[in-house]
Amino acid sequence: MSRTARLSSAVLRAAAVTGVAALALTACGPGSGADSGSDSSGSGSGDVKVGLITKTDTNPFFVKMKEGAEKTAKAEGVELMTAAGKFDGDNAGQVTAIENMVAAGVKGILITPSDSKAIVPAIEKAKAKGVLVIALDTPTEPESAVDALFATDNVKAGELIGEYAKAAMKGKEAKIAALDLAPGVSVGVQRHEGFLKGFGATDKDVACAQDTGGDQAKGQTAMENCLQKEPDINVVYTINEPAALGAYTALKAKGREKDVLIVSVDGGCTGTQAVKDGKIAATSQQYPLKMAAEGVKAVVTYAKDGKKASGYTDTGVTLISDKAQDGVASKDTAYGLENCWG
Amino acid sequence: MTATSTPPSTSSPYAELKAPTTARRLLTAPTTGPLAALLLACAFFSLSTDQFLTGGNFSLIIQQVMVVGTLAIGQTLIILTAGIDLSCGAVMAFGSIVIARMAAEGTLPPLAAIGLGLVVCGGFGLLNGVLVQKIPLPPFIVTLGMLNVAFALTHIYSEEQTVTNLPGPLTALGETFPLGYTDVTYGSLVTIALFLLLAYALSSTGWGRHVYALGNSPEAARLNGIRTSRLTIGVYTVAGVLYGIAALLLISRTGVGDPQAGQTDNLDSITAVVLGGTSLFGGRGSVLGTFIGVLIVGVFRNGLQLMGVASIYQTLITGVLVILAVTVDQISRKKAR
Repeated sequence: MSRTARLSSAVLRAAAVTGVAALALTACGPGSGADSGSDSSGSGSGDVKVGLITKTDTNPFFVKMKEGAEKTAKAEGVELMTAAGKFDGDNAGQVTAIENMVAAGVKGILITPSDSKAIVPAIEKAKAKGVLVIALDTPTEPESAVDALFATDNVKAGELIGEYAKAAMKGKEAKIAALDLAPGVSVGVQRHEGFLKGFGATDKDVACAQDTGGDQAKGQTAMENCLQKEPDINVVYTINEPAALGAYTALKAKGREKDVLIVSVDGGCTGTQAVKDGKIAATSQQYPLKMAAEGVKAVVTYAKDGKKASGYTDTGVTLISDKAQDGVASKDTAYGLENCWG
Repeated sequence: MTATSTPPSTSSPYAELKAPTTARRLLTAPTTGPLAALLLACAFFSLSTDQFLTGGNFSLIIQQVMVVGTLAIGQTLIILTAGIDLSCGAVMAFGSIVIARMAAEGTLPPLAAIGLGLVVCGGFGLLNGVLVQKIPLPPFIVTLGMLNVAFALTHIYSEEQTVTNLPGPLTALGETFPLGYTDVTYGSLVTIALFLLLAYALSSTGWGRHVYALGNSPEAARLNGIRTSRLTIGVYTVAGVLYGIAALLLISRTGVGDPQAGQTDNLDSITAVVLGGTSLFGGRGSVLGTFIGVLIVGVFRNGLQLMGVASIYQTLITGVLVILAVTVDQISRKKAR
């Protein structure tokens, strides 16, 4: 009896597994971005495949990047494959994605490296097979490991809010808190340093520095602790707007939200709205959609005439604020909301 | 064969002391279901994409699952004793940073660095085993704590830096050799060899029989003269050494020592064990099943990617598969009773 039960359970298990898999596939297959209906078993001459690998699937920044890539891929008549790590920092997941895309025969890969250094050997393997590799948003280390880089100038993004904060303080003595990203992540380091440069300060002038992982809840905790340590903080630099909103919540709880200046980087729609609402004084807006669109176009060019994109392309950054400061160029939140991502 | 078939989940703890033959194990659950699922998935992807059914792609899949696969062998051993190990990915990450830093900075010759990595990981396993057995604490709690300890040590010791410029011997297992029409990494062979070795040890040695007996009922195993304390500590230690080997495989695969590695590998290894039909309640399952479980995950990830399906659906499908596998396990247990 028990053997029959086990055998039938084995069959049941197999049937169930396959059934669900088939269901899931039919449900998501056509809508998943790949050009539906294109028969890949055809001659294989015309189909150009482009791969996009982001850090995660869930961060709105990468969602927007994917949207930009999808739009451009459709317009250019190429097939887009997408993949992402499971969490920010998942290098092994990105390596696997590169390998699978190369196996699928992509012409080019656009990647936002989770780990600038660790991804390099996998990129080199792909390049050796004739695949064009372009980094989006985050450079590799060394930068020359990829064919080209389409990204925000993060130092400049930091500098813009640094200059803004300096002007807004109008000579008042500044007590700075820095809500950073994570140790050793280039984007965070560059923005932090850019801010200090723009503000004309050094790390010695930072009264409290904390890592937030760019997370709102952690940003709030970090700010609460900073206020505990240094109650008279009056300038807050944040790595991104979620961290800034966390800081705002912490400041509001202390009734300090009006007299503390929060500046940030990113330009997401929620963040830009927060600038409009007066929670954040200014933010440096970046353009993920443009990074992806340019990237896809570069791969198409490579597929057509073998010309490889190279070097660094600055995809631009704009200071967004409704309280413009003399001597600091900025655009208002109407412009910001029109061009925001997320 | 019906006359002699030994149901592995009867209420008698002694039934498991008789090792089932390999042939019977293959014919009966719980491996048959997962194997059928794997083959059906392969068939599906072969029909759906041109690139799936090639030697190169199959070699690639093995290469992609070798790290989690090796962790999953250790995880299987522990789960067979009705334990669980949440620390395996973090222990592996720490081992990989120890190996990478020691060798890259020339503190130790490469081979000695690898040896130290195996010892360190084995030490974590030993410590897990001792805490589980001697105090005793629930495996879930011990390994949850150890997950944090190993994670923190990794970040402290690495100073948050990725270790590059590794000497040759560290990446040797990532090198390939030609086999027929395709290239195979040496690491894939190591992983397959480890699976076969542990499968043999579990099915055909006294030690293996004792592991099953321990998982079915520690008290009955003890009354049968099995030194359960030593056995438990031994299982955790062997698992730890396997994590050390996984650490070496990881380094060889990515070419760097990465402090962020392994963060979801503990859950991935448990996923593989469950998909392979091993019962989370201990005493029932096999490492060959786990190998199939690992392959199921690898095949889905690779196949969906080749089809151009976004990666979030892989997560979705894996989640559904795990729940299904456990559900079927429970149903079959109830039926068997």
